[in-house]
Amino acid sequence: MATAPGPKLKVATVSLAGCFGCHMSLLDIDERLFDLVELVEFDRSPLTDIKHCGPCDIGYIEGGVCNAENVQVLREFRANCRTLISVGACAINGGLPAQRNHLPLSAVLDEIYQSGPCIATGCTIPNDPELPLLLNKVHPIHEVVKVDYFIPGCPPSADAIWKALNDIIAGREPNLGHGLIHYD
Amino acid sequence: MSEATFTLDGKTIPFREGQTIMQAAMAAAAYIPRLCYHPGLKPHGSCKLCTVKVNGRHTASCTYQAQPGLAVESDTEELNGERRSLLQMLFVEGNHFCPSCEASGNCQLQATAYELKMMTPHYDHFFPDRPVDASHPEYLLDFNRCILCSLCVRASRDVDGKNVFALAERGIKTRLIVNAESGLLADTNFSADDMAAHVCPVGVILRKRTGFSVPIGQRTYDINPISALPQPKAGES
Repeated sequence: MATAPGPKLKVATVSLAGCFGCHMSLLDIDERLFDLVELVEFDRSPLTDIKHCGPCDIGYIEGGVCNAENVQVLREFRANCRTLISVGACAINGGLPAQRNHLPLSAVLDEIYQSGPCIATGCTIPNDPELPLLLNKVHPIHEVVKVDYFIPGCPPSADAIWKALNDIIAGREPNLGHGLIHYD
Repeated sequence: MSEATFTLDGKTIPFREGQTIMQAAMAAAAYIPRLCYHPGLKPHGSCKLCTVKVNGRHTASCTYQAQPGLAVESDTEELNGERRSLLQMLFVEGNHFCPSCEASGNCQLQATAYELKMMTPHYDHFFPDRPVDASHPEYLLDFNRCILCSLCVRASRDVDGKNVFALAERGIKTRLIVNAESGLLADTNFSADDMAAHVCPVGVILRKRTGFSVPIGQRTYDINPISALPQPKAGES
């Protein structure tokens, strides 16, 4: 990775309906993180604990959209990030959470909280106003906002993330060859 | 007399009379993307992945007969862009969750999408409801991944002589069905020796108790891209 010609790029990251695996895979670039932090600084991210996204160059989104809060956060990222990257299977096609999509939401909630095995009698579906409301279906993020680039994988390997970030920072479209492009 | 030839992306390809562009290209180890073509079965011409330009016109290379002097284009930005769109439509019409699929790494749909650098399914997903058929003691049918290539239909009808599978309905409602009153695979004479049991290019027809036996990194398309593998001959699945 080349040295930074100007001010550092601002990068924000978030996991929506994801498992943080794509963040772990970002950390898996290991010692290349030293090169990366020469070029970028992190805004909102689980790595900084900043709660809201300010104006950024790159938004790194993991996970699909399964509830109202995910939609709000995704829109905040789109409004603030010049380039938005959809990272991993869940952000790209809904992934594991989207496997509830062929079931009615009420049936899912009923089975999990009321009628399923190992549920104590008298349990109810959580209804705290603090809890974000679930969407009827889980959606990939490109069905909600415009997405500039995609890095597929479950998770994408550290090498795939490193190659794609290098391409994007250099102003190129990510080009992942055999072995780096994976959907699993 | 010299052998009859045509050109594919500028490369000279010899052919015998009666061969299609696809057959001649495969014999010459030239890769044209395809999903519904199998050398042991009559071509169907339905997936359109193998569309090439012959003397400037679009045509399916698996059904077009080779002729001397044809100028065939295949590996071009325009045709690969169209192929990528076809793949994206196949991905959003079914439920293709690669991380939890037994066929991942051995799947021709996935490998072809890697080959054509499909980074996203792009379109809105259908998320259809397609129940699986686990009735058969040895085989599982997961219709979520069906791309309607009809390879199992043709193999069962034309090679196995059993007619186990069929495509029902039309247009967007087309779906793969099992030819039994109950609609269940267990109520047919389908068996593991059938060609139909081995011809599925995706993860619909799966042998039970063998899933995930090959570790990631050693599966068919982990090692080589689909374009670099030897072209299958008639009689191989």
